[in-house]
Amino acid sequence: MSVSALLLLADGRFPAGGHAHSGGAEAAVKAGRVHDATTMAAFLTGRLHTTGLTSAALAAAAAADHDLAALDEAADARTPSPAQRATSRRLGRQLLRAARAAWPHPLLDDLRSRYPRGAHQPVVLGVAAYAAGLGPTEAAAVAAYESVNGPATACLRLLGLDPYEVAARLAALAPQLDAVAARATEAARAGLEQLPAASAPLLDIYAEQHHSWKVRLFAS
Amino acid sequence: MTVGALTADAPAAGAPTTGALLAAARITAVQDGRGGTALPALDGAGPLALRRTTGEGTAAHVMVVGSMAAPLGGDRLAIHARVGAGAELCVTSAAATISLPGRPAGPAHYDLDLTVDEDARLDWLPEPVVAATGSHLIMTTRITLAPGARLRYREEQVLGRHHDWARQAPPGRLTSRLTVRQAGRLILDQQTDLGPGAPGWDGPAALADHRTAGQLLSVGLPAEPPTAPADAVLLTLPGTGATLLTALAPDALTLRRLLAAA
Repeated sequence: MSVSALLLLADGRFPAGGHAHSGGAEAAVKAGRVHDATTMAAFLTGRLHTTGLTSAALAAAAAADHDLAALDEAADARTPSPAQRATSRRLGRQLLRAARAAWPHPLLDDLRSRYPRGAHQPVVLGVAAYAAGLGPTEAAAVAAYESVNGPATACLRLLGLDPYEVAARLAALAPQLDAVAARATEAARAGLEQLPAASAPLLDIYAEQHHSWKVRLFAS
Repeated sequence: MTVGALTADAPAAGAPTTGALLAAARITAVQDGRGGTALPALDGAGPLALRRTTGEGTAAHVMVVGSMAAPLGGDRLAIHARVGAGAELCVTSAAATISLPGRPAGPAHYDLDLTVDEDARLDWLPEPVVAATGSHLIMTTRITLAPGARLRYREEQVLGRHHDWARQAPPGRLTSRLTVRQAGRLILDQQTDLGPGAPGWDGPAALADHRTAGQLLSVGLPAEPPTAPADAVLLTLPGTGATLLTALAPDALTLRRLLAAA
Protein backbone atom coordinates (compact mmCIF):
# COMPACT_ATOMS: atom_id res chain seq x y z
CA MET A 1 0.00 0.00 0.00
CA SER A 2 1.33 3.39 -0.98
CA VAL A 3 0.61 6.10 1.58
CA SER A 4 1.44 8.74 -1.03
CA ALA A 5 -1.15 7.34 -3.46
CA LEU A 6 -3.71 7.41 -0.65
CA LEU A 7 -2.91 11.05 0.11
CA LEU A 8 -3.17 11.97 -3.55
CA LEU A 9 -6.54 10.23 -3.98
CA ALA A 10 -7.99 11.90 -0.87
CA ASP A 11 -6.52 15.34 -1.63
CA GLY A 12 -9.13 18.02 -2.29
CA ARG A 13 -6.87 19.32 -5.06
CA PHE A 14 -7.00 16.00 -6.94
CA PRO A 15 -9.04 17.10 -10.00
CA ALA A 16 -12.11 14.99 -9.32
CA GLY A 17 -14.62 17.85 -9.07
CA GLY A 18 -15.67 17.31 -5.45
CA HIS A 19 -14.95 20.91 -4.42
CA ALA A 20 -18.02 22.13 -6.36
CA HIS A 21 -20.40 20.06 -4.19
CA SER A 22 -21.71 20.70 -0.69
CA GLY A 23 -23.37 17.32 -0.07
CA GLY A 24 -26.61 18.94 1.09
CA ALA A 25 -24.88 21.51 3.30
CA GLU A 26 -25.96 24.48 1.16
CA ALA A 27 -29.64 23.48 1.44
CA ALA A 28 -29.26 22.79 5.18
CA VAL A 29 -27.75 26.26 5.63
CA LYS A 30 -30.55 27.88 3.64
CA ALA A 31 -33.12 25.98 5.72
CA GLY A 32 -31.51 27.56 8.78
CA ARG A 33 -30.71 24.17 10.28
CA VAL A 34 -26.93 24.57 9.94
CA HIS A 35 -25.83 27.97 11.20
CA ASP A 36 -22.69 27.54 13.31
CA ALA A 37 -19.86 25.09 14.08
CA THR A 38 -22.03 23.03 16.44
CA THR A 39 -24.90 22.52 14.00
CA MET A 40 -22.32 21.86 11.24
CA ALA A 41 -20.78 19.10 13.38
CA ALA A 42 -24.24 17.58 13.95
CA PHE A 43 -24.86 17.66 10.19
CA LEU A 44 -21.50 15.99 9.49
CA THR A 45 -22.15 13.30 12.13
CA GLY A 46 -25.51 12.44 10.56
CA ARG A 47 -24.05 12.43 7.08
CA LEU A 48 -21.08 10.25 8.04
CA HIS A 49 -23.17 7.53 9.66
CA THR A 50 -25.69 7.35 6.81
CA THR A 51 -24.62 8.17 3.27
CA GLY A 52 -20.97 8.14 4.42
CA LEU A 53 -21.23 4.55 5.63
CA THR A 54 -23.10 3.44 2.52
CA SER A 55 -20.60 5.09 0.16
CA ALA A 56 -17.65 3.71 2.10
CA ALA A 57 -19.04 0.17 1.86
CA LEU A 58 -19.66 0.51 -1.88
CA ALA A 59 -16.13 1.85 -2.37
CA ALA A 60 -14.61 -0.95 -0.29
CA ALA A 61 -16.58 -3.55 -2.25
CA ALA A 62 -15.52 -2.03 -5.58
CA ALA A 63 -11.88 -2.07 -4.45
CA ALA A 64 -12.18 -5.77 -3.69
CA ASP A 65 -13.20 -8.42 -6.14
CA HIS A 66 -16.83 -7.58 -6.76
CA ASP A 67 -19.19 -7.49 -9.70
CA LEU A 68 -19.11 -3.79 -10.67
CA ALA A 69 -22.45 -3.89 -12.51
CA ALA A 70 -24.14 -5.27 -9.39
CA LEU A 71 -22.44 -2.59 -7.27
CA ASP A 72 -23.56 0.17 -9.62
CA GLU A 73 -27.13 -1.18 -9.40
CA ALA A 74 -26.79 -1.32 -5.61
CA ALA A 75 -25.64 2.33 -5.60
CA ASP A 76 -28.58 3.32 -7.82
CA ALA A 77 -31.06 1.63 -5.47
CA ARG A 78 -29.45 3.35 -2.48
CA THR A 79 -29.92 6.76 -4.09
CA PRO A 80 -33.68 7.39 -4.39
CA SER A 81 -33.19 11.07 -5.26
CA PRO A 82 -32.76 11.51 -9.04
CA ALA A 83 -30.79 14.72 -8.40
CA GLN A 84 -28.35 12.77 -6.21
CA ARG A 85 -28.09 9.94 -8.74
CA ALA A 86 -27.15 12.45 -11.43
CA THR A 87 -24.62 14.12 -9.13
CA SER A 88 -23.07 10.80 -8.16
CA ARG A 89 -22.67 9.75 -11.80
CA ARG A 90 -21.24 13.15 -12.78
CA LEU A 91 -18.72 12.95 -9.93
CA GLY A 92 -17.94 9.37 -10.92
CA ARG A 93 -17.18 10.49 -14.47
CA GLN A 94 -14.90 13.29 -13.27
CA LEU A 95 -13.07 11.04 -10.84
CA LEU A 96 -12.64 8.41 -13.54
CA ARG A 97 -10.97 10.92 -15.82
CA ALA A 98 -8.51 11.95 -13.12
CA ALA A 99 -7.86 8.37 -12.04
CA ARG A 100 -7.20 7.16 -15.60
CA ALA A 101 -4.60 9.91 -15.96
CA ALA A 102 -2.99 9.14 -12.60
CA TRP A 103 -3.19 5.33 -12.48
CA PRO A 104 -3.97 3.85 -15.92
CA HIS A 105 -5.65 0.46 -15.52
CA PRO A 106 -7.83 -1.78 -17.74
CA LEU A 107 -10.58 -1.85 -15.05
CA LEU A 108 -10.87 1.94 -15.28
CA ASP A 109 -11.06 1.77 -19.09
CA ASP A 110 -13.74 -0.89 -18.74
CA LEU A 111 -15.80 1.33 -16.43
CA ARG A 112 -15.63 4.13 -18.95
CA SER A 113 -16.83 2.02 -21.84
CA ARG A 114 -19.61 0.43 -19.79
CA TYR A 115 -20.83 3.68 -18.23
CA PRO A 116 -20.26 6.49 -20.73
CA ARG A 117 -22.42 8.82 -18.57
CA GLY A 118 -20.51 7.86 -15.48
CA ALA A 119 -20.68 5.06 -12.94
CA HIS A 120 -21.61 5.98 -9.36
CA GLN A 121 -18.83 7.88 -7.61
CA PRO A 122 -18.20 5.38 -4.77
CA VAL A 123 -17.87 2.55 -7.31
CA VAL A 124 -15.34 4.54 -9.34
CA LEU A 125 -13.55 5.50 -6.13
CA GLY A 126 -13.11 1.85 -5.19
CA VAL A 127 -11.75 0.91 -8.60
CA ALA A 128 -9.49 3.98 -8.62
CA ALA A 129 -8.12 2.94 -5.23
CA TYR A 130 -7.46 -0.54 -6.60
CA ALA A 131 -5.72 0.91 -9.66
CA ALA A 132 -3.58 3.06 -7.34
CA GLY A 133 -2.45 -0.05 -5.48
CA LEU A 134 -4.72 0.55 -2.50
CA GLY A 135 -7.14 -1.87 -0.85
CA PRO A 136 -10.75 -1.85 0.42
CA THR A 137 -9.69 -0.40 3.80
CA GLU A 138 -8.16 2.67 2.15
CA ALA A 139 -11.05 3.05 -0.31
CA ALA A 140 -13.52 3.06 2.59
CA ALA A 141 -11.40 5.55 4.52
CA VAL A 142 -11.32 7.96 1.57
CA ALA A 143 -15.09 7.68 1.04
CA ALA A 144 -15.83 8.26 4.72
CA TYR A 145 -13.47 11.25 4.76
CA GLU A 146 -15.02 12.74 1.61
CA SER A 147 -18.51 12.37 3.12
CA VAL A 148 -17.65 15.02 5.72
CA ASN A 149 -14.71 16.99 4.35
CA GLY A 150 -16.54 18.46 1.33
CA PRO A 151 -19.61 19.54 3.33
CA ALA A 152 -17.35 21.00 6.07
CA THR A 153 -15.49 23.12 3.52
CA ALA A 154 -18.83 24.22 2.06
CA CYS A 155 -20.07 25.27 5.53
CA LEU A 156 -16.85 27.18 6.08
CA ARG A 157 -17.46 29.20 2.94
CA LEU A 158 -21.24 29.58 3.26
CA LEU A 159 -21.24 30.62 6.90
CA GLY A 160 -17.84 32.31 7.13
CA LEU A 161 -16.87 29.96 9.96
CA ASP A 162 -13.49 30.11 11.67
CA PRO A 163 -11.29 27.64 9.73
CA TYR A 164 -9.53 26.57 12.93
CA GLU A 165 -12.88 25.73 14.52
CA VAL A 166 -13.86 23.68 11.46
CA ALA A 167 -10.53 21.83 11.56
CA ALA A 168 -11.07 21.12 15.26
CA ARG A 169 -14.55 19.70 14.59
CA LEU A 170 -13.22 17.47 11.80
CA ALA A 171 -10.39 16.25 14.04
CA ALA A 172 -12.92 15.43 16.76
CA LEU A 173 -14.84 13.32 14.22
CA ALA A 174 -11.73 11.28 13.31
CA PRO A 175 -12.46 8.32 15.62
CA GLN A 176 -15.97 8.04 14.16
CA LEU A 177 -14.53 8.27 10.63
CA ASP A 178 -12.22 5.36 11.41
CA ALA A 179 -15.05 3.36 12.97
CA VAL A 180 -17.35 3.92 9.97
CA ALA A 181 -14.59 2.99 7.51
CA ALA A 182 -13.82 -0.19 9.48
CA ARG A 183 -17.51 -1.14 9.59
CA ALA A 184 -17.86 -0.48 5.87
CA THR A 185 -14.81 -2.60 5.06
CA GLU A 186 -16.13 -5.47 7.12
CA ALA A 187 -19.60 -5.23 5.58
CA ALA A 188 -18.13 -5.23 2.07
CA ARG A 189 -16.25 -8.41 2.88
CA ALA A 190 -19.53 -10.09 3.88
CA GLY A 191 -20.96 -9.75 0.35
CA LEU A 192 -23.45 -7.76 -1.66
CA GLU A 193 -26.50 -8.68 0.45
CA GLN A 194 -24.80 -7.32 3.56
CA LEU A 195 -23.87 -3.93 2.12
CA PRO A 196 -25.24 -1.13 4.30
CA ALA A 197 -28.05 1.00 2.88
CA ALA A 198 -28.07 3.68 5.58
CA SER A 199 -29.78 6.89 4.52
CA ALA A 200 -30.84 10.20 6.04
CA PRO A 201 -34.32 11.51 5.12
CA LEU A 202 -33.44 15.21 5.05
CA LEU A 203 -30.44 14.64 2.75
CA ASP A 204 -32.78 13.23 0.08
CA ILE A 205 -35.16 16.15 0.56
CA TYR A 206 -32.34 18.74 0.50
CA ALA A 207 -30.95 17.25 -2.73
CA GLU A 208 -34.24 17.73 -4.57
CA GLN A 209 -34.91 21.18 -3.09
CA HIS A 210 -31.40 22.35 -3.96
CA HIS A 211 -31.70 21.00 -7.49
CA SER A 212 -34.78 23.18 -8.07
CA TRP A 213 -33.06 26.44 -7.13
CA LYS A 214 -32.15 28.81 -9.94
CA VAL A 215 -29.23 30.39 -8.11
CA ARG A 216 -26.83 28.35 -6.00
CA LEU A 217 -23.20 28.44 -5.02
CA PHE A 218 -22.60 24.71 -5.12
CA ALA A 219 -23.61 22.15 -7.74
CA SER A 220 -25.23 19.93 -5.08
CA MET B 1 -48.85 -20.22 10.58
CA THR B 2 -46.22 -20.18 13.26
CA VAL B 3 -46.83 -19.17 16.83
CA GLY B 4 -44.78 -19.91 19.84
CA ALA B 5 -42.32 -18.75 22.40
CA LEU B 6 -38.80 -18.21 21.17
CA THR B 7 -36.98 -21.40 21.86
CA ALA B 8 -33.88 -23.20 20.73
CA ASP B 9 -34.33 -22.30 17.06
CA ALA B 10 -33.81 -18.58 17.59
CA PRO B 11 -31.91 -17.97 20.80
CA ALA B 12 -30.76 -14.49 21.72
CA ALA B 13 -27.17 -15.04 22.78
CA GLY B 14 -26.99 -15.30 26.53
CA ALA B 15 -30.30 -13.59 27.15
CA PRO B 16 -33.37 -15.26 28.57
CA THR B 17 -36.21 -15.14 26.10
CA THR B 18 -39.12 -15.84 28.39
CA GLY B 19 -42.36 -14.63 26.92
CA ALA B 20 -40.98 -13.41 23.61
CA LEU B 21 -43.23 -14.10 20.66
CA LEU B 22 -42.41 -15.73 17.38
CA ALA B 23 -45.29 -15.26 14.98
CA ALA B 24 -45.59 -15.30 11.20
CA ALA B 25 -48.89 -14.50 9.50
CA ARG B 26 -49.61 -15.37 5.89
CA ILE B 27 -51.89 -13.95 3.22
CA THR B 28 -52.25 -15.41 -0.26
CA ALA B 29 -54.48 -13.72 -2.81
CA VAL B 30 -55.36 -15.22 -6.21
CA GLN B 31 -57.83 -14.52 -8.98
CA ASP B 32 -61.13 -16.26 -8.22
CA GLY B 33 -62.01 -16.81 -11.90
CA ARG B 34 -65.08 -14.53 -11.64
CA GLY B 35 -63.28 -11.21 -11.91
CA GLY B 36 -62.56 -10.97 -8.19
CA THR B 37 -59.86 -12.08 -5.76
CA ALA B 38 -59.96 -15.07 -3.44
CA LEU B 39 -57.86 -15.58 -0.32
CA PRO B 40 -56.83 -19.26 -0.18
CA ALA B 41 -54.58 -18.44 2.77
CA LEU B 42 -55.49 -15.95 5.49
CA ASP B 43 -53.57 -17.18 8.49
CA GLY B 44 -53.16 -14.90 11.46
CA ALA B 45 -50.49 -15.63 14.02
CA GLY B 46 -49.98 -14.57 17.62
CA PRO B 47 -50.81 -10.89 17.94
CA LEU B 48 -51.48 -10.54 14.19
CA ALA B 49 -55.12 -11.40 13.58
CA LEU B 50 -56.33 -11.07 9.99
CA ARG B 51 -59.90 -10.18 9.01
CA ARG B 52 -61.35 -10.13 5.53
CA THR B 53 -63.47 -7.00 5.21
CA THR B 54 -65.72 -5.64 2.52
CA GLY B 55 -64.41 -2.85 0.36
CA GLU B 56 -64.87 -1.12 -2.92
CA GLY B 57 -63.88 -2.54 -6.27
CA THR B 58 -62.68 -5.98 -7.22
CA ALA B 59 -59.84 -6.21 -4.70
CA ALA B 60 -59.88 -8.43 -1.62
CA HIS B 61 -59.63 -6.35 1.55
CA VAL B 62 -57.81 -7.54 4.64
CA MET B 63 -57.41 -5.78 7.96
CA VAL B 64 -54.63 -6.60 10.38
CA VAL B 65 -56.00 -6.46 13.90
CA GLY B 66 -53.54 -6.34 16.78
CA SER B 67 -54.93 -8.80 19.30
CA MET B 68 -52.42 -8.16 22.10
CA ALA B 69 -49.67 -5.69 23.02
CA ALA B 70 -46.91 -6.28 20.48
CA PRO B 71 -44.25 -5.97 19.47
CA LEU B 72 -42.42 -6.03 22.76
CA GLY B 73 -38.64 -6.18 22.89
CA GLY B 74 -37.49 -9.67 21.86
CA ASP B 75 -40.59 -10.44 19.75
CA ARG B 76 -40.19 -11.60 16.17
CA LEU B 77 -43.23 -10.88 14.06
CA ALA B 78 -43.62 -11.40 10.34
CA ILE B 79 -46.22 -11.15 7.63
CA HIS B 80 -45.78 -12.92 4.31
CA ALA B 81 -48.16 -11.80 1.60
CA ARG B 82 -48.36 -12.91 -2.00
CA VAL B 83 -50.67 -11.54 -4.65
CA GLY B 84 -50.94 -14.00 -7.54
CA ALA B 85 -51.07 -12.98 -11.19
CA GLY B 86 -53.94 -10.61 -11.93
CA ALA B 87 -55.28 -10.58 -8.34
CA GLU B 88 -55.83 -7.43 -6.26
CA LEU B 89 -55.27 -7.16 -2.52
CA CYS B 90 -55.64 -4.23 -0.16
CA VAL B 91 -54.29 -4.55 3.37
CA THR B 92 -54.92 -2.04 6.13
CA SER B 93 -54.63 -2.18 9.91
CA ALA B 94 -57.18 -1.44 12.60
CA ALA B 95 -54.85 0.66 14.72
CA ALA B 96 -51.31 1.93 15.03
CA THR B 97 -48.62 -0.60 15.89
CA ILE B 98 -47.04 0.41 19.19
CA SER B 99 -43.48 -0.77 19.73
CA LEU B 100 -42.86 -1.22 23.44
CA PRO B 101 -39.76 -2.12 25.44
CA GLY B 102 -39.53 -5.72 26.64
CA ARG B 103 -37.98 -7.65 29.42
CA PRO B 104 -35.07 -8.22 28.99
CA ALA B 105 -34.27 -5.13 26.97
CA GLY B 106 -33.51 -5.90 23.35
CA PRO B 107 -34.89 -5.08 19.93
CA ALA B 108 -38.04 -6.55 18.48
CA HIS B 109 -38.16 -7.60 14.83
CA TYR B 110 -40.97 -7.11 12.37
CA ASP B 111 -40.46 -8.55 8.89
CA LEU B 112 -42.68 -8.00 5.88
CA ASP B 113 -42.22 -10.12 2.81
CA LEU B 114 -44.50 -8.93 0.01
CA THR B 115 -44.62 -10.51 -3.43
CA VAL B 116 -46.74 -9.16 -6.28
CA ASP B 117 -46.97 -11.30 -9.40
CA GLU B 118 -47.56 -10.20 -13.00
CA ASP B 119 -50.41 -7.75 -13.51
CA ALA B 120 -51.40 -8.07 -9.85
CA ARG B 121 -51.93 -5.14 -7.51
CA LEU B 122 -51.13 -4.72 -3.83
CA ASP B 123 -52.19 -1.79 -1.69
CA TRP B 124 -50.40 -1.98 1.66
CA LEU B 125 -51.73 0.88 3.75
CA PRO B 126 -51.34 0.23 7.48
CA GLU B 127 -51.61 2.71 10.32
CA PRO B 128 -48.34 4.13 11.70
CA VAL B 129 -45.71 2.36 13.74
CA VAL B 130 -45.14 4.23 16.98
CA ALA B 131 -41.90 3.85 18.95
CA ALA B 132 -42.59 4.21 22.67
CA THR B 133 -39.86 5.30 25.07
CA GLY B 134 -37.23 2.61 25.59
CA SER B 135 -38.30 0.42 22.67
CA HIS B 136 -36.26 -0.62 19.63
CA LEU B 137 -37.98 -2.12 16.63
CA ILE B 138 -36.07 -3.44 13.62
CA MET B 139 -38.33 -3.53 10.59
CA THR B 140 -37.26 -5.33 7.44
CA THR B 141 -39.47 -5.09 4.37
CA ARG B 142 -38.73 -6.97 1.19
CA ILE B 143 -40.94 -6.32 -1.81
CA THR B 144 -40.66 -8.42 -4.94
CA LEU B 145 -42.50 -7.16 -8.01
CA ALA B 146 -43.01 -9.06 -11.24
CA PRO B 147 -43.15 -7.12 -14.52
CA GLY B 148 -46.48 -5.28 -14.69
CA ALA B 149 -47.10 -5.56 -10.93
CA ARG B 150 -48.68 -2.49 -9.34
CA LEU B 151 -48.06 -1.36 -5.82
CA ARG B 152 -49.08 1.29 -3.34
CA TYR B 153 -47.06 0.88 -0.14
CA ARG B 154 -47.20 3.28 2.76
CA GLU B 155 -45.11 3.37 5.90
CA GLU B 156 -45.33 5.92 8.67
CA GLN B 157 -42.97 6.07 11.60
CA VAL B 158 -43.81 8.04 14.69
CA LEU B 159 -41.11 8.60 17.28
CA GLY B 160 -42.71 8.58 20.71
CA ARG B 161 -46.31 8.31 21.85
CA HIS B 162 -48.19 11.45 22.70
CA HIS B 163 -47.86 10.33 26.29
CA ASP B 164 -44.05 10.19 25.89
CA TRP B 165 -43.96 13.67 24.33
CA ALA B 166 -46.13 15.12 27.09
CA ARG B 167 -43.74 13.99 29.80
CA GLN B 168 -40.74 14.98 27.62
CA ALA B 169 -39.39 11.44 27.55
CA PRO B 170 -37.12 10.43 24.66
CA PRO B 171 -38.79 8.34 21.95
CA GLY B 172 -37.97 4.75 21.13
CA ARG B 173 -35.82 3.72 18.18
CA LEU B 174 -36.96 2.50 14.76
CA THR B 175 -34.50 0.88 12.40
CA SER B 176 -36.19 0.24 9.10
CA ARG B 177 -34.93 -1.26 5.87
CA LEU B 178 -36.95 -1.29 2.67
CA THR B 179 -35.70 -3.36 -0.25
CA VAL B 180 -37.63 -3.43 -3.52
CA ARG B 181 -36.96 -5.55 -6.59
CA GLN B 182 -38.80 -5.08 -9.86
CA ALA B 183 -38.46 -7.75 -12.54
CA GLY B 184 -35.28 -8.93 -10.83
CA ARG B 185 -33.71 -5.49 -10.66
CA LEU B 186 -32.98 -3.79 -7.34
CA ILE B 187 -34.75 -0.42 -7.52
CA LEU B 188 -34.73 0.67 -3.86
CA ASP B 189 -32.61 -0.34 -0.91
CA GLN B 190 -32.87 2.07 1.95
CA GLN B 191 -32.36 1.95 5.67
CA THR B 192 -33.27 4.61 8.17
CA ASP B 193 -32.24 4.48 11.79
CA LEU B 194 -34.13 6.98 13.93
CA GLY B 195 -34.25 7.49 17.67
CA PRO B 196 -31.83 7.46 20.60
CA GLY B 197 -28.77 5.32 19.83
CA ALA B 198 -28.73 6.18 16.12
CA PRO B 199 -25.93 8.74 15.51
CA GLY B 200 -27.23 12.11 14.31
CA TRP B 201 -30.88 10.98 14.10
CA ASP B 202 -32.27 14.29 15.38
CA GLY B 203 -29.61 16.40 13.68
CA PRO B 204 -29.89 18.59 10.59
CA ALA B 205 -29.11 15.75 8.15
CA ALA B 206 -31.77 13.27 9.29
CA LEU B 207 -34.92 14.42 11.11
CA ALA B 208 -34.00 17.78 12.65
CA ASP B 209 -37.02 18.83 14.73
CA HIS B 210 -39.48 16.48 13.01
CA ARG B 211 -40.75 13.47 14.95
CA THR B 212 -42.44 11.51 12.18
CA ALA B 213 -41.20 10.15 8.85
CA GLY B 214 -43.21 8.53 6.12
CA GLN B 215 -43.01 7.15 2.64
CA LEU B 216 -45.48 6.28 -0.06
CA LEU B 217 -44.08 3.99 -2.71
CA SER B 218 -46.07 3.79 -5.94
CA VAL B 219 -45.32 1.44 -8.78
CA GLY B 220 -47.40 1.50 -11.95
CA LEU B 221 -49.77 3.98 -10.28
CA PRO B 222 -49.82 7.78 -10.49
CA ALA B 223 -48.38 9.90 -7.70
CA GLU B 224 -48.54 13.65 -7.20
CA PRO B 225 -45.73 15.79 -5.84
CA PRO B 226 -46.54 17.68 -2.64
CA THR B 227 -48.20 21.02 -3.35
CA ALA B 228 -47.64 23.02 -0.16
CA PRO B 229 -44.09 23.80 0.97
CA ALA B 230 -43.00 21.08 3.39
CA ASP B 231 -40.14 18.69 4.00
CA ALA B 232 -41.58 16.32 1.42
CA VAL B 233 -40.47 15.35 -2.08
CA LEU B 234 -41.59 12.98 -4.79
CA LEU B 235 -38.61 10.96 -6.02
CA THR B 236 -38.51 9.07 -9.28
CA LEU B 237 -36.80 5.75 -8.61
CA PRO B 238 -34.74 3.69 -11.01
CA GLY B 239 -36.93 1.05 -12.59
CA THR B 240 -40.22 1.37 -14.42
CA GLY B 241 -43.00 3.67 -13.21
CA ALA B 242 -41.76 3.75 -9.62
CA THR B 243 -41.91 6.80 -7.36
CA LEU B 244 -41.25 7.38 -3.71
CA LEU B 245 -42.94 10.19 -1.84
CA THR B 246 -40.79 10.92 1.21
CA ALA B 247 -42.12 13.20 3.92
CA LEU B 248 -41.16 14.43 7.36
CA ALA B 249 -43.54 16.14 9.74
CA PRO B 250 -43.76 17.24 13.35
CA ASP B 251 -46.72 14.93 14.05
CA ALA B 252 -48.62 11.95 12.63
CA LEU B 253 -51.64 13.94 11.45
CA THR B 254 -49.54 16.33 9.37
CA LEU B 255 -47.56 13.40 8.00
CA ARG B 256 -50.73 11.61 6.86
CA ARG B 257 -51.89 14.76 5.07
CA LEU B 258 -48.58 14.96 3.19
CA LEU B 259 -48.75 11.31 2.15
CA ALA B 260 -52.45 11.42 1.32
CA ALA B 261 -51.85 14.21 -1.19
CA ALA B 262 -50.55 11.67 -3.64
